[in-house]
Amino acid sequence: MYVAVKGGERAIDNAHAWLGETRRGDRQVPELSLAQIDGQLALAVDRVMTEGSVYDRELAALAIKQAQGDQVEAVFLLRAYRTTLPRFGYSLPIDTGAMRVRRRISSTFKDVPGGQILGPTYDYTHRLLDFSLAAEAPPVAAPMAEDPVDDTLPRVIDVLGREGLIESEAAGGDSPVGDLTREPMAFPAGRDLRLQSLARGDEGFLLAMAYSSQRGYGHTHPFAGEIRMGEVTVEFFAEELGFAVELGDIAVTESQMVNQFRGSAEQPPQFTRGYGLAFGRSERKAMAMALVDRAMRAGELGEEATAPAQDPEFVLGHCDNVEASGFTQHLKLPHYVDFQGELELIRRLRRKDGE
Amino acid sequence: MTTATGYNFAYLDEQTKRMIRRAILKAVAIPGYQVPFGSREMPLPYGWGTGGIQVTASVIGSADVLKVIDQGADDTTNAVSIRRFFARTAGVATTRRTTEATIIQTRHRIPETPLREGQILVYQVPIPEPLRWLEPRESETRKMHALADYGVMHVKLYEDIARHGRIATSYDYPVLVNDRYLMRPSPIPKFDNPKMHMNPALQLFGAGREKRIYAVPPYTKVVSLDFEDHPFEVQRWDDCCALCGAADSYLDEVITDDRGGRIFVCSDSDYCTGRIGP
Repeated sequence: MYVAVKGGERAIDNAHAWLGETRRGDRQVPELSLAQIDGQLALAVDRVMTEGSVYDRELAALAIKQAQGDQVEAVFLLRAYRTTLPRFGYSLPIDTGAMRVRRRISSTFKDVPGGQILGPTYDYTHRLLDFSLAAEAPPVAAPMAEDPVDDTLPRVIDVLGREGLIESEAAGGDSPVGDLTREPMAFPAGRDLRLQSLARGDEGFLLAMAYSSQRGYGHTHPFAGEIRMGEVTVEFFAEELGFAVELGDIAVTESQMVNQFRGSAEQPPQFTRGYGLAFGRSERKAMAMALVDRAMRAGELGEEATAPAQDPEFVLGHCDNVEASGFTQHLKLPHYVDFQGELELIRRLRRKDGE
Repeated sequence: MTTATGYNFAYLDEQTKRMIRRAILKAVAIPGYQVPFGSREMPLPYGWGTGGIQVTASVIGSADVLKVIDQGADDTTNAVSIRRFFARTAGVATTRRTTEATIIQTRHRIPETPLREGQILVYQVPIPEPLRWLEPRESETRKMHALADYGVMHVKLYEDIARHGRIATSYDYPVLVNDRYLMRPSPIPKFDNPKMHMNPALQLFGAGREKRIYAVPPYTKVVSLDFEDHPFEVQRWDDCCALCGAADSYLDEVITDDRGGRIFVCSDSDYCTGRIGP
């Protein structure tokens, strides 16, 4: 006689124990420390912090370790932790103009005040596997510059602003900034919510969206006005003290895209902007974000919006990898009740056809 | 009865629970209307019941008795996982008996045993919008609901009849709630749709990823869409349950060998067990 399968509970426990053993791998090999992940897989940590929306290198390193290096799973772990944290308030806007710059480049001018600073970049490396790394050879020492970088490097994009050739970007004033982790997104979404969503969005998805806009699906004629990376100070206005206190420094990558705009009835021809910001060294993400931000402004600028990258409901509705990963993989859950309904229906339709 | 250390009762902080309860109250006040809420990231994946879990976490108290089913059964892996989540974070009593439960969280089924007043049925909802396959834009579907403009759905059902001779929707079959809002009953088989009508229990629907909550209050009219000459009908089987002999329950098909052998058993494991005897 048929007996229904039981024992799901024990199976789950055993599966998780097996996962734990698999995660550890060969016990003859030393275990990874969080400091090693933070120090030597720093770009993985940067991505997990960015999409996980928590600036904490140690927690992100832990998430990466727990997820066996699966970035999307690590982002999910960090997000699930983040929701349980109490909110004291919102920091003051960071000032990227006062960044302690480690990298700063512009592709729109040959030279810019303060100079082009390459910083620790993969650009111009030849992508040849470096077998000396496998042999764990120490790196070549990097020489020190004779002069320190200027304290405040002017933003390249402001040079265009002085001539009025680029749209001015006014601060939102006192109107509150939205937070989609507290209130659900509503459409049409303001630029504050769009940028927040993009900042948390999946790098791969945004990269593909940005790429599609470069290949004719919503072309925006972009130039990399400026990309800068370095440390900025985060400040919090303490009501009871009456002044702002410094919470600490974070590393960010900022990307300012300059895009052509042929003008409209209301506005003369001028350059427009796309903006990207990400934690740590996340240049690909910041650039992709800036391209998609600009593409989604099509409606507001009176451009014809025909491509996926120009459609905020499409982009924002699908850029979150925690949502996408969960829903795609939920197909693993049992669906046999619905499938039975479909079986019954198809048999009935076929029976009718045979009559 | 210990709860997980470092976390609040039933995982969510009290402020979040209040926010969700406000959304639930609004949903109850406007039956079938989808209320946006600030859905939180849960430690379980989106699409695996995060909406239902947040609703349950917001209404559950220490004296509640929780039942969790998936596909009608208590012992399916995700039901086990969610039941354990609440046993761990809220320390509440759990049960497999429909009659003993005060809160039943479900995915894809309504129990066969009729519910009673005071019970809460919490549905896990993947896609809350009944018009979504017909109109992908939220900005448009909200307008259609506001105007009660549901013509496209009737046209879709009509096209089914024109093409197949019958309505070709077997689950997630659209219903009209309280003569006003078109509602997606979640992917329950249409077999369960009539159970929603005038049900004495409170029915709450949570969609975590889509950030919506909706409700059917007790004793509310719930009508499955149909036409006068093509009345709504539910699934029927030529067989009855191979274990308990029930002829009135929703049956799952179980493949017993690779030569086409199959039997049918109750999808509601508690109903089946109760009929076989204690």
